[in-house]
Amino acid sequence: MIFRHVDEPGYTSDLACYVRNGGYEVLRKAVARKPEELVDQVKRSGLRGRGGAGFPCGVKWTLLDRKSGKPIYLVVNADESEPGTFKDRYIIHQDPHQLIEGSMITCFANRVERAYIYIRGEFPEGARILERAIAEARAANFVGPDILGSGYGCEMYVHRGAGAYICGEETGLIESLEGKRPYPRIKPPYFPAVLGLYQCPTIVNNVETICHVKHIADMGGDAFSKIGTPNNTGTRIYCVSGHVRRPGTYEFDVGRLTIGELLHEVCGGPLPGRTFKAVIPGGSSAKVLRFGERFRGKRKVGADMVEYDWGVEDIPLDFDSLGMVGSMGGSGGVIVMDDSVSMVEALGNINEFYAHESCGQCTPCREGSLWMKKITARMVHGDARAEDGALLKSVADQIAGRTICAFGEACAWPTQSFVAKFGDEFTAYAQAKKQTRAEGAAELV
Amino acid sequence: MMNLTPETLGRMDEAIAHYPVRRSAVLPLLHLVQEDQGHVSDEAIEWIASKLGLQPINVYELVTFYPMFRRKPIGRTHIKVCRTLSCAIMGGYRTCAEFQKAFGTGLGQVSPDGEVTVEFVECLASCGTAPVVMIGDKLHERVDAAKARSLSEDIKAGAPPAARGR
Repeated sequence: MIFRHVDEPGYTSDLACYVRNGGYEVLRKAVARKPEELVDQVKRSGLRGRGGAGFPCGVKWTLLDRKSGKPIYLVVNADESEPGTFKDRYIIHQDPHQLIEGSMITCFANRVERAYIYIRGEFPEGARILERAIAEARAANFVGPDILGSGYGCEMYVHRGAGAYICGEETGLIESLEGKRPYPRIKPPYFPAVLGLYQCPTIVNNVETICHVKHIADMGGDAFSKIGTPNNTGTRIYCVSGHVRRPGTYEFDVGRLTIGELLHEVCGGPLPGRTFKAVIPGGSSAKVLRFGERFRGKRKVGADMVEYDWGVEDIPLDFDSLGMVGSMGGSGGVIVMDDSVSMVEALGNINEFYAHESCGQCTPCREGSLWMKKITARMVHGDARAEDGALLKSVADQIAGRTICAFGEACAWPTQSFVAKFGDEFTAYAQAKKQTRAEGAAELV
Repeated sequence: MMNLTPETLGRMDEAIAHYPVRRSAVLPLLHLVQEDQGHVSDEAIEWIASKLGLQPINVYELVTFYPMFRRKPIGRTHIKVCRTLSCAIMGGYRTCAEFQKAFGTGLGQVSPDGEVTVEFVECLASCGTAPVVMIGDKLHERVDAAKARSLSEDIKAGAPPAARGR
């Protein structure tokens, strides 16, 4: 749906190409509709946010404080920073007008008159592409004071971040957009829908989510809700990286594929002579899954409760199933590791990321993420101890749930899951006199 | 004085106009100063603060927080190698070592010839084409050791402008 045109030969990111392919027709029709009706369609669609949390988009919009009399803002979260995720970059580079059209429909539906695209600082090219696209759209009256002669006006600007992962957290992003350090705000009371940008009601949506809004406005919420599986509607862009033959971005109906189908059939399976060892299904903060482990329980199928008994390959790629096996769909970033990878070193790499990116506001996260990094780095650099697995777990357990924002969980879950599922490897690592790296394996720490 | 180009000054005024609150323009102004001057000096911090009606600390605390801003000049070409998991398992550390070797420099330093600064950065969001490297504003994909060597040769020979920049 989102990638319908982008992979066609000769498809370019300019306005003329977008319009030639039916672009801005949905916006043209939308501005003649009632805003409430559009919000209703998004609610009926069941669309869940594609940034990480999977929160229902229509509900997010309904929570907006419309009675305050303050202006309402839209902030498009294009701060794509979750390791393993690279879909927003692709959309912005290949099809910026789809994002702008979705944004303007979102703005019209919610009576927003000013929108910002917060794009991560490491996308200078993406920022230029978006700025050029907005200028084109403004010249053609798709953005600006009187969109398509409807009397409705909305401005849109690009705001560049400067390399901080925490800006992807929506309240941190808002602080950053206000010109401050991106320290996440306490919720309550600072729900963006009520006290967001400049203390005004604000919608923060992910790039992919906003693109879906265009398609929902086009086909209707009911039709969208029939794509995918119940409660996991629409399509989703899976970003596959690591040890597969064909990594890349792939758009499929949510839940249509299992992990095994995605990795073997779509991505061509493991590299020659290797086997899959672990997969992180929703960005690096999602809990790791170990090939060979089984997941059993009961799940709802239609009106019935049905027992399931899954290996990693059997898990459907939807929000609910990944949640049931103790991980998450998150941002759609699927990182695959094969048998050449040392899990201690992989965790060391992840811990270094989170220690670097903790904003430092809450003590458990600031100190804990650093200690987890120090412990795994010490292990990798020749001083692994038998108690390290337990020590890592105890640090992680003291972070999750004790911080202002979800970064606490994001940095604790990798450690908790790696130690729980690969405890044998942590023990063996400590027992080995000298670490030997598998042939062809890369340095990770 | 700051000696910013007229173009930079014009873009600053345009950026400030994008926001109902002037303070929001700190990040855009910091980017523009750094693009113009290569780094953010004490003078620049005070200048931006005064331009936006803020205290210098309001600007300084952002410069020290956001990884992309630098307080000191770097080499003529800035090489940023992604360090994070998907790139690392595909050989990012080796890629980084190749660049350092090619220019005889350590991480985060200016090479002896003043040509480059090689840095490790966190996830550049192009994990499917790992390992990736940004040279100036340009992303280079699937940069294995051999490609790192050939990119280094290009830089030494005076690479095309698209691959250059601060």
